[in-house]
Amino acid sequence: MTEHTVKSFGEQLEALSALVAQMGGLTEAQFAAAMEAIARRDSAAAERAVGGDARIDEIQQEIEDRALKLLALRQPMAVDLRETLAAVKTAAELERIGDLAKNIAKRALVLNREPPIRLTQSLARMGKAAQNQLKQVLDAFTSRNADEAEAVWARDGEIDEIYNSLFRELLTYMMEDPRTIGLCTHLLFVAKNIERSGDHCTNIAEVVYHMVRAGHLSAARPKADTTSETSVPYETHA
Amino acid sequence: MVESLLRLRGLAWPLLIGLILGGAVMLLGGSALFWALVAAGLAALLIAQFITFQEPILRPAEKTADDPLAALPPMTRVLLDQLPSPVMLLDEDETVLFVNHSMRDVLGPGLDRKRASQVLRNPEVLGAIAEARAGIATNVPFSLPVPIERHYQAYAARISIAPSVTALLLHDLTMVKRSEQLRADFIANASHELRTPLAAVTGFIETLRGHAKDDALAREQFLDIMGVEADRMRRLIDDLLSLSRIEMNEHVKPEGHVNLEGMVRQAVAGLKPLAAAEAITVKIEPEPGLPEVIGQPDELIQLFQNLVHNAIKYGREGGEVRVVLGRAGEQVFGAVSDDGEGIPAKDIPRLTERFYRVDVKRSRERGGTGLGLAIVKHIVNRHQGRLAIESRLGQGSTFTVFLPAVSDQNAVRSAAPEPVTEML
Repeated sequence: MTEHTVKSFGEQLEALSALVAQMGGLTEAQFAAAMEAIARRDSAAAERAVGGDARIDEIQQEIEDRALKLLALRQPMAVDLRETLAAVKTAAELERIGDLAKNIAKRALVLNREPPIRLTQSLARMGKAAQNQLKQVLDAFTSRNADEAEAVWARDGEIDEIYNSLFRELLTYMMEDPRTIGLCTHLLFVAKNIERSGDHCTNIAEVVYHMVRAGHLSAARPKADTTSETSVPYETHA
Repeated sequence: MVESLLRLRGLAWPLLIGLILGGAVMLLGGSALFWALVAAGLAALLIAQFITFQEPILRPAEKTADDPLAALPPMTRVLLDQLPSPVMLLDEDETVLFVNHSMRDVLGPGLDRKRASQVLRNPEVLGAIAEARAGIATNVPFSLPVPIERHYQAYAARISIAPSVTALLLHDLTMVKRSEQLRADFIANASHELRTPLAAVTGFIETLRGHAKDDALAREQFLDIMGVEADRMRRLIDDLLSLSRIEMNEHVKPEGHVNLEGMVRQAVAGLKPLAAAEAITVKIEPEPGLPEVIGQPDELIQLFQNLVHNAIKYGREGGEVRVVLGRAGEQVFGAVSDDGEGIPAKDIPRLTERFYRVDVKRSRERGGTGLGLAIVKHIVNRHQGRLAIESRLGQGSTFTVFLPAVSDQNAVRSAAPEPVTEML
C-alpha cells in the first residue's frame, strides 16, 4: 500500500475505505480471470486466478490491522464506527469470494483437459450475472449508495434462477451418460461457487446498507435457489 | 477567523521593523520632529505593505500547493476536458484532481476528490499508477467485463514532481477487440456451415460402401441427397468467395454507367425456373425514362438476384414478387417486395449479418447460405448506396436499394453506349 503519512482521522478512514476498494478490484479481477478460464478454456487465466489469492489475503490482513488500530486509538462513533466495521465485514466477504474464484479456477484447469462442453456457456452467463452483482455492490460501497446496495440485494434471484436450470440440466446430463459424471460434478461445483459468490455480494449489500442508513435490510431476502429441494427422477430404459 | 490572523501576520514585519527603528531612534535620542517623521514613515510602510502584499496574505502559499492544477493555463484545461481520450490527473495521495469529459463517460459521475482505487478498482491500472508515481511511465491493457465488455490500454505517467501529479490516459480498444472476435467467429461459423453438409455426404458414402451396397433404390436416393448437400457446399463456397471479392474492392468506387432495368431483367430471367416451381409470378415495374446508375454490372445483377431469390424463397406460394424501379432525388431505387410472412422487427437490424438467420431450419431447407444479404449490403456499400428493409408480419417484406444516378454532366462525358444496354 502507499506509504503516505496519515494526517487525520478522516484520512485514516478514507484510506481504509480505499483499501477495501482496492481489495474489491483484486477480487473482481480474480473472479473475471476464473470465469475467463471457464468460458474461453484459458488455463493461463486460471493460473492467474489461483495466484491472485495471496495478495487478496494480504490486503484483508492489512484492513483488519488498520481497523483495529482505528478502533483502539480513535474510538470512532456513529457513522465512523459503522464505516470501520463495514470495512472489516466487506473485506471478509471479499476474501470468501476470492476463495471461491480460486476454486473455480482450479476446476477450470481440470475441465480444460477434457473435451469442450456446451454447458460452460450457461456457466459463463451465470458468471457474468455474478460479476455484475459484485461490480454494483462495490460501486455502492465506494459511493456510499444505500439504494444501489438494496437493488443488488434484491437482484440475487437472477443468479439463483440460472443456477436452478443449470442444476437440473446437469443432473439430466449425468443420468443420460454416466461417463460425464466426473466432468459434470466439476461443473456443478463451479455453478455452486458462482451462486455462493452472488450470496456474498448480497451480504456486502447488507453491510453497505447498514453503513449508510444504520438500519437493516429485512431478514427475508427473496430466495430463489430451490436446488436443495430438487430431484430429477431416474428413468430406466427397459 | 483564519484570514484575519493571516492578515495580522502580514503586518508583523512592518511592526518589527518599526520597533527596531523606534528603539534605534530612542537610543540616539532624536528631536520630536525626527520622531514624528519616523512614525509617519512607518505608517506609510505599513500601508504599502498591506496594499502590495494583500493578495499573498489572503491566499497563502499552502493553498496553491493544494491545487497543483492552478498552474495550468485555462486553455490547456479546456483542451484536456474536450479531449476524446479519457484523462485523469491524480495527486500524491492518488486522489483525483481532475477528470475530463470522456473519463466521466467511462467511470460515471461523482469522481472528484475520490481515491484512484475507489473510482477505478482494476489492479493493473492501480499498479500502473503506483509505478508512474515512482517515476516509471507505464502502459497496461485492462478490461471492464461488466455490464458491457470494454477493453482499454491505460497509460500512466508522472507529469510533475512538486507538486506531485500523475496523469492517467485511457485508449479504447473495444472496437479492435470486437472485430478480432468477429473475425474469429466468422471463421468458426463458416467452417461449421461447411461441416454439416460434409458430414451428411461422408455419412452416405459410408452407408453406400456398407449395407446399402447392393440396394439400387437406396443408392439412387442417397446419391440424390449427396448431390443436394454437395450443391449446398458449392453455393456456400461461391458466396464466401464473392463476399471476399466484394469486400476486397469495397473501397474502390465503381465507374461504369448501367441501366438498372437491364440488370433486374437479367437477374429475374435466371430465376424463372425457381419462381415457376413455387408458382410465383415476378413483375418488373420500371418508371419510364430512368437515368442510368453508377455501378458495376456483375455486382448489380448479383444484388438483384439475391434479393429476388430471397423474395421467391420467403414469399407466399402462388404469390407475387414485385420489383419496382423509380427515382428518388439524385438516386435511382429498386424495391423488391414479396407477400410472404414478413420478418419480426427484432430481426431486421441483424439481417445483413453473416450467417444470421431468422429461422435456421427454414433457411437451410430453402438452400440459404446465410450470406445472401451480407453480400447485398457489401455491394450497396461499394456503390455508396443505401439498403432499406421494411416488413409487416403477415403482409410481406420490401427490400429497397438506392443507388447514385448518373448526373447529366456525367452522362454527356460517357456518350458511348455501355455494354450493359446491349444486354437488353
